Amino acid sequence: MTEPIISVQDVSFSYGTHRVLERINLDITRGEVIVLLGASGSGKSTLLRHIVGLEQPTSGAVYVKGVDINRCSEQKLDSLRHSMGVAFQEAALFGSMTTKENAEMPLHELTALANPVIDIMSYLKLASLGLGDACHLMPDELSGGMKKRAAIARATALDPELLIFDEPSAGLDPIVSAEVDELILFLKRLFEMTILVVTHEMVSAFRIADRVAFLYQGSLIAVEDKQVFQASTDPRIRRFLDRVPVHIGESAAVQRQLREMAGITGV
Amino acid sequence: MSVLEDIGDNAIEHLAYVGRLSMQFWSSLLAIPRILPMVGRRGRWLAAIQQMAEIGVDALPMIATVSVSAGFIFAMQSGNELRRFGALSLVINIIAIGFTRELGPLFTAIVVSSRSGSAFSAEIGTMTVTNEIDVLRTMGLNPIEFVLAPKYVAALIVVPCLVIMSDLFGILAGGVFMLLSTKMTLLMYLRAVANSIVLRDLYTGFVKSIAFATIVVHVGCLEGFKTWGGPEAVGRSTTSAVVKSTLLVILADAVFTAIFYVTNFNS
Repeated sequence: MTEPIISVQDVSFSYGTHRVLERINLDITRGEVIVLLGASGSGKSTLLRHIVGLEQPTSGAVYVKGVDINRCSEQKLDSLRHSMGVAFQEAALFGSMTTKENAEMPLHELTALANPVIDIMSYLKLASLGLGDACHLMPDELSGGMKKRAAIARATALDPELLIFDEPSAGLDPIVSAEVDELILFLKRLFEMTILVVTHEMVSAFRIADRVAFLYQGSLIAVEDKQVFQASTDPRIRRFLDRVPVHIGESAAVQRQLREMAGITGV
Repeated sequence: MSVLEDIGDNAIEHLAYVGRLSMQFWSSLLAIPRILPMVGRRGRWLAAIQQMAEIGVDALPMIATVSVSAGFIFAMQSGNELRRFGALSLVINIIAIGFTRELGPLFTAIVVSSRSGSAFSAEIGTMTVTNEIDVLRTMGLNPIEFVLAPKYVAALIVVPCLVIMSDLFGILAGGVFMLLSTKMTLLMYLRAVANSIVLRDLYTGFVKSIAFATIVVHVGCLEGFKTWGGPEAVGRSTTSAVVKSTLLVILADAVFTAIFYVTNFNS
């Protein structure tokens, strides 16, 4: 058994009194593609933010390459982050920079490479993602799919060991979405990267995943191989997989709130 | 009881704000060496030069308009009263001392706050809500060094220069009044101005300009970093940046003036 590259241990997190994550345990091993599935509001993005050290858990710990990222020094955390690439949901390209400047920014900031070398490396990266002709375009001039690919080019600029995607298919048409999936598989094959993908797109998830983790109302209720997950009999997972809508009246939270309202009884 | 709770909550909130402002100030001081040419990170000083143009050169027409108008108003109002006592020549002292010690730094700070403080807040607020600040953090880059420090270095250089320009425009406006109201020549006026101010008056203005630049940049940037939510939150941050920095500049001015008065610095 190899040491996990990421180990989330008993992580809980609350916004005020609202519990967002409840005792999450998750190990991610090197070289795998793990997809974090769950409905909107289940805490997927919040868990991702904990894994990259953007949030502090209320309790528990997140280990990246064996280091507790919430208790290590700022310098250590930064050096760990250099081995990660993160592509956010909205791409988050720097609006004042061209596509190429965005893609080469980590190389400029975090390496001592000469400018001509950086020029070539960033161009090759963009070209391999089909953005060779878009180098000089500003983010506003890119389509949704191109923005995602430019964000991936930036996230992979330093060839990180771990690549993290937040909703890579969100807002994309099925064809572009499939292209992004292929790209993720391509990166895994070519660079043997460990890849964590947060999504609620099942088609995409089952295309790229080795394992699937399922978050339900802040709790991680399954971490399985994708075939096992697809055959799950857990009603909460089946409901998600079979796309059964939750009727408002059936929601426990709605029922509880209605009971608390004055004058309403017997709900 | 609830009144006491409100007072306590407000006090804690304001102390927390001052605490964040102090931590941000300290981080920016540590980051400044990495902005400087030769010793700093490559190209970072170019960002500071660009900010100098935006904070300084672009603000000059507004500073000129405000200072000329204020100088002329100030000269006319004081001249109106002093003429009755046969002391019209004191207008020169009032204008020269008033602008170098007080009005130059204050008008400059208010103009920079309304133009650049709001722009800093809007820029950083937008970067925050679009995850660009998170991207910097996940790359292991310090947003204070990357975003704030170039602005701060630029303001520390440019705001004192703007104060000198404001002093000159205000004093020249007073000169126009004196030339129109008396038989004084421009040379006589300038000689009288030079006789009425001492080097300490310029020091006073310089110290205030550094303090005001610090307040405007740090409040504007902190409001940007604090932005939480969607695009409407950016608007709220911008308003808050202008209101808070203007208020703090005036409070700081009162404190500095009191210190200079108590210590007889200007006499």
